[in-house]
Amino acid sequence: MELAFSAAEEAFRAEARAWLRANVPRDLPPSGSERGFAAHVVWEQQLHAAGWSVVAWPRAFGGRDASIVEWLIFEEEYYLAGAPPRVTQNGIFLLAPALFEYGTDEQRARILPPMAAAEVLWAQGWSEPGAGSDLAAISSTATRTDGGWLLRGQKTWSTRASYCHAMHGLFRTDPSAPRHKGLTYFLVPLDGPGIRVNGFRRLDGDLDFAEIFFDDAFVSDRDVLGPVDQGWKVAMATTGSERGLTLRSPGRFLAAAERLVDLYRRTVSFDSAAARPRSGRTGVADAYDRGHRDAVIRAWMDARAYQLLTLQTVTRLVAGQTLGAESSVSKLAWSELDLRLHQAALDLLGPMAELGPDAPSAVDGGAWQKGFQFALAGPIYAGTNEIQKNVVAERLLGLPKD
Amino acid sequence: MRFAFTDEQLELQRVVRELLGRECPPARVRAAWDAAPDTPLAVWPQLAAMGVVGMTAPERFGGLGLDELDLALVLEETGRAALPEPLLEHTAIAIPLIAETCDEVFCDRWLGAAAAGRAVITVGLAGAPFVADAGRAKLVLLEHDDELHAVEPRLTTLTAEPSIDGARKLARVEWTPISATRVATGAGARAALDLAFDRGAFATAAQLIGVARRLMDMTVEYVKLRTQFGRPVGSFQAVKHQLALAHVAIELARPCVHRAAYALARREPDRAVHVSMAKAYASDAAAGAARTALQCHGAIGYSFEYDLHLWMKRAWVHAAAYGDAAWHRARIATAVLDGEP
Repeated sequence: MELAFSAAEEAFRAEARAWLRANVPRDLPPSGSERGFAAHVVWEQQLHAAGWSVVAWPRAFGGRDASIVEWLIFEEEYYLAGAPPRVTQNGIFLLAPALFEYGTDEQRARILPPMAAAEVLWAQGWSEPGAGSDLAAISSTATRTDGGWLLRGQKTWSTRASYCHAMHGLFRTDPSAPRHKGLTYFLVPLDGPGIRVNGFRRLDGDLDFAEIFFDDAFVSDRDVLGPVDQGWKVAMATTGSERGLTLRSPGRFLAAAERLVDLYRRTVSFDSAAARPRSGRTGVADAYDRGHRDAVIRAWMDARAYQLLTLQTVTRLVAGQTLGAESSVSKLAWSELDLRLHQAALDLLGPMAELGPDAPSAVDGGAWQKGFQFALAGPIYAGTNEIQKNVVAERLLGLPKD
Repeated sequence: MRFAFTDEQLELQRVVRELLGRECPPARVRAAWDAAPDTPLAVWPQLAAMGVVGMTAPERFGGLGLDELDLALVLEETGRAALPEPLLEHTAIAIPLIAETCDEVFCDRWLGAAAAGRAVITVGLAGAPFVADAGRAKLVLLEHDDELHAVEPRLTTLTAEPSIDGARKLARVEWTPISATRVATGAGARAALDLAFDRGAFATAAQLIGVARRLMDMTVEYVKLRTQFGRPVGSFQAVKHQLALAHVAIELARPCVHRAAYALARREPDRAVHVSMAKAYASDAAAGAARTALQCHGAIGYSFEYDLHLWMKRAWVHAAAYGDAAWHRARIATAVLDGEP
């Protein structure tokens, strides 16, 4: 066991840190509006121009051939510098792994560089009104036509699709095959005829969801990813990374935990008559503080424990092992910890927690409430936690299917 | 960065698991429940012959000169087997404490015998009201006012305090500190005793991982076999989800324990935080596994004649020993929240 990073890795960290500290924008608006989204895209283009957009990719596609350990280091530095979640993530973290595994050389050369450069933005088109946790219930279809396929049906709950240029997702190509068979993975431009994208608002009020309607929309044969009727396998290449390492590296939770500790210190000092309902004379105050303190330290510990779990996984990957159903353990861990962490912050804020970003007295611009509402999505997307628990029970513990 | 054990460490784990699988079946654990506190240890001679009992002793005393990283997986196995013998006190705490704190004469007198397993040494640190296995120890290391005392049984009065984990032979130890028993004083003793406590917390956490994994193994096997409503109860999501969460808790606790082993072995300055992470997560994971195991077993798990409770009770008592989860979280909070930003 050796937990120190190599000199080269430490140099990589120093370089990333220096650039990020100097360049991370301080005043980005939320990404859930036309204007806000455009500002985030500009930031990601800047990130790409400096070579930090997709560090773990090959140089040919816009990366810098960083190792997985260096990628983790980059993520830590990225979030510690206060940089925002990536609006390109449904492309760079979800589609890209499937392209690397199943794409043709032509597809990689055509699709990956503009994805890395935040010039072509990708949305994910998996969920349908009748297919959420039960992904194999997908009923949108693709029918053979000259030189390609005609898509019909509807996708929904597609994050950022209103602002994206293209979508990747599953369509049923063989209606006679059993559920998981007969699906094909398509790469679909969203600006063609027969496609309508209708944005709608999420829990936090941001216009960040969309439903996408397909009415005989054409997609060419060169935009089929992987073999026809084998789309489930392609999708699983995505979920392995979506639930596990790539989408949720420990960096963002470590950074959030540090901000929570900072909030705790400030709360203690700014205090608080406002945050302690009628406890001054009753002796409740100390117990109340102890409860908050425990919640804060649990969140800090959870982020650290998740980092250790990830380092253990990375060590296995570096040794040539693959990530299987263990990614469900990661997903359960990070999604639950993110929620507890933000809940702890709201509890600390007490009556300040309900203030929206426009309230004059909002603490940290209302970021904790925003983060909490975002964290609430964690146990739902990327496979609900109920599905993940089934995966853990059946594939890791060996329990029988129900 | 390589967060994994060496092939040698994994091999040692394998042979210890094999030995304990053979020599420490549940029947042996039950026999220990019924045995008197001074009954000779049954598996000990074989663990000693394998070098495990003396593994932390310096080589010049016949030990292997190994550290916590080598010990972590061994302790996980002793937890898995619910070994009713004091490897934790003797090998994980007492031997390194003596080797690092006591003078040559004392080391010469005790460490060879301890490494060979001939003399069992147990430990009673401040804050722990009772001492495990004092009844078969040749020497009891006791903390008193920041001093370390080494007390032979003839200078103590033992009162048995039977634990709900019948394999743990606890006793209240009455003794009088005298200059002849004092083996270390001053700042050095204080630091050594703090380190001894952290070693105890780490070792307990490591054993708890094994205890929790065994509870899970027993339960997974059982729910696959037990049928109700015409199907295995393990096929119901209400059962699966409890077990999945218990599994996740163990998977998160285990790397924390390994991190603590590294912090101790490398003498890292923030070792206390790492040890507390390990003990807090391992305590909660094991107590949670015990709760889940019982619920998923149902009434059979509630039966004294069924083996499950041997591990459940070990989980409970070790979750509380060397600082429970709340104590360790409070210690981390003091370091993280009250320190300089």
